[in-house]
Amino acid sequence: MTWEEMRPLLEQGIVDTLYMTFWSTLIALAGGLPLGVLLVLTDRGGPLRNVVVNKVIGVVVNIGRSLPFIILVVALIPLTRSLVGTAIGPTAAIVPLAIGAIPFYARLVETAVREVDHGLIEAAHAMGGGTWTVVLKVMLPQSLPSLVAGLTTTFVAVIGYSAMAGAVGGGGLGNLALVYGYQRFEEGFTLVTVAVLVVIVTVFQLLGDGAVRLLTRRERASS
Amino acid sequence: MITTTDLTKVYRSRDREVTALDGVNLHVRPGQVFGVIGRSGAGKSTLIRCLNLLERPTSGTVTVDGQDLTALDRRSSHRAGRPLREARTHIGMIFQHFNLLTSRTVRGNVELPLEILGLGRRERARKALELLDLVGLADKARAYPSQLSGGQKQRVGIARALAGDPKVLLSDEATSALDPETTRSVLRLLRDLNRQLGLTVLLITHEMDVVKAVCDSAALMEGGRVTESGTVADLLATPGSRLAHELFPLTGSPAPGGTVVDLTFDGESTGRPVISQLSRTFDLDVSILGAAMDTVGGHQVGRMRIALPGDAAQTAAAVAFLRDRGLTVELPAVTADTPVSADAPATAPGEGAVR
Repeated sequence: MTWEEMRPLLEQGIVDTLYMTFWSTLIALAGGLPLGVLLVLTDRGGPLRNVVVNKVIGVVVNIGRSLPFIILVVALIPLTRSLVGTAIGPTAAIVPLAIGAIPFYARLVETAVREVDHGLIEAAHAMGGGTWTVVLKVMLPQSLPSLVAGLTTTFVAVIGYSAMAGAVGGGGLGNLALVYGYQRFEEGFTLVTVAVLVVIVTVFQLLGDGAVRLLTRRERASS
Repeated sequence: MITTTDLTKVYRSRDREVTALDGVNLHVRPGQVFGVIGRSGAGKSTLIRCLNLLERPTSGTVTVDGQDLTALDRRSSHRAGRPLREARTHIGMIFQHFNLLTSRTVRGNVELPLEILGLGRRERARKALELLDLVGLADKARAYPSQLSGGQKQRVGIARALAGDPKVLLSDEATSALDPETTRSVLRLLRDLNRQLGLTVLLITHEMDVVKAVCDSAALMEGGRVTESGTVADLLATPGSRLAHELFPLTGSPAPGGTVVDLTFDGESTGRPVISQLSRTFDLDVSILGAAMDTVGGHQVGRMRIALPGDAAQTAAAVAFLRDRGLTVELPAVTADTPVSADAPATAPGEGAVR
């Protein structure tokens, strides 16, 4: 393949990958954040302790995390069709990607929020704060750097998953590498796609790390 | 201001029960600085958490400023209902490890309770700066907690605790993570606030020096019970009080052949030459075995251990004479920690004799 042949494919692949990853990560944030917080709140010793709710969320999250992604893609075809109107294409691929990423991020949120010093939560309660105060003014602000780091990890993981979105015609760089590179024995093209993926991942990891550093700098600053 | 009746807390786990509080009756009067002292595991921490219902008592009641908090608690839920949360906004609390949000500035930390109270932005800023000024940290408003020393952090904690204009301040080992110098300055601040604002302070501590420095009254906790309590002056005047003994340890080897007598001077009696009067009146050779003067809870207090020679009748007369002069007189059993030995006098503090 010549560069002229590769270029339009790569451009479309980058657009598709970023499109799918951005939206999936955003949905994972919207879904995983409350789930992760709820896992901590309903746990033993949490302000909303509730064994049943905690166990149910825990089991759902574990199922979501243990299903092989390709199975999830196929299994969710009916849902995707009812939500998006079609089961193929990049937009359709967002559904399984997001649903796979929600439990992934939820566990990272849970770990981050659990790290918040229990004394701070006790202090908020002693001031007369309720559960909303604890979540919005203590848990989330105190764990913000870890939440951002977790979101970066999720974003990178979703890029990896998106390679399999090709199974439902999702497109993207991973799919290009498979279809054009692997199946047509175009090793050069495979290498170029992989290089582009590495660049994307590196750039976003650096951005995420930078954000985390910015958020922790003032807290750790010593006089 | 704070009253507990038969406060009991039992922690139940699968196969055993631990009684952390075993029928605690506490009465703290308005404007007092009340110290609860005890070893770790005595139940102090559970007690202070039961006072604002951070821990729900198993039985008994807690009344703060005339309001029965235990009645506000909803048994059905682990969450605190609105009436209880409202009551908590008027009970300040400070902590051993300060519990400041690292993600907020000093001012932001003080504003947190004001946000809970629903104050507007401008009002919050004004009040927060006022409170920081009160604790002497007006210039640190924009700093983050990580940029402060331990003492400064606790001052921020105090400013934050005062945000709801509380009548009661609960102090959970607030000085235990601080060095002695900083401890003194934080205690001085608490004392000042107690006087300026009429703030009632209940503090728990394992350090007798804290009680000595600021408390009007104290209670001793052991095994989930309050075993002694009262004003510091009363405790010192109570024969056999262990708190008094701890507050003011008195040692000294008894002289052979004499009757050992412990004296506590308090208030006016500290200024009078009682011992020389005793010596002259009864023609007795009084040996002073140990003596100390100190300021406890703002009062000058002196204790002295003396030995009286002579027979039982003479001793009884001397004791009556001393009691008549307003001294607290105890006849301690000679204990093992005051050995009678030829070498001992050299190490006994305050050794001397008045003839």
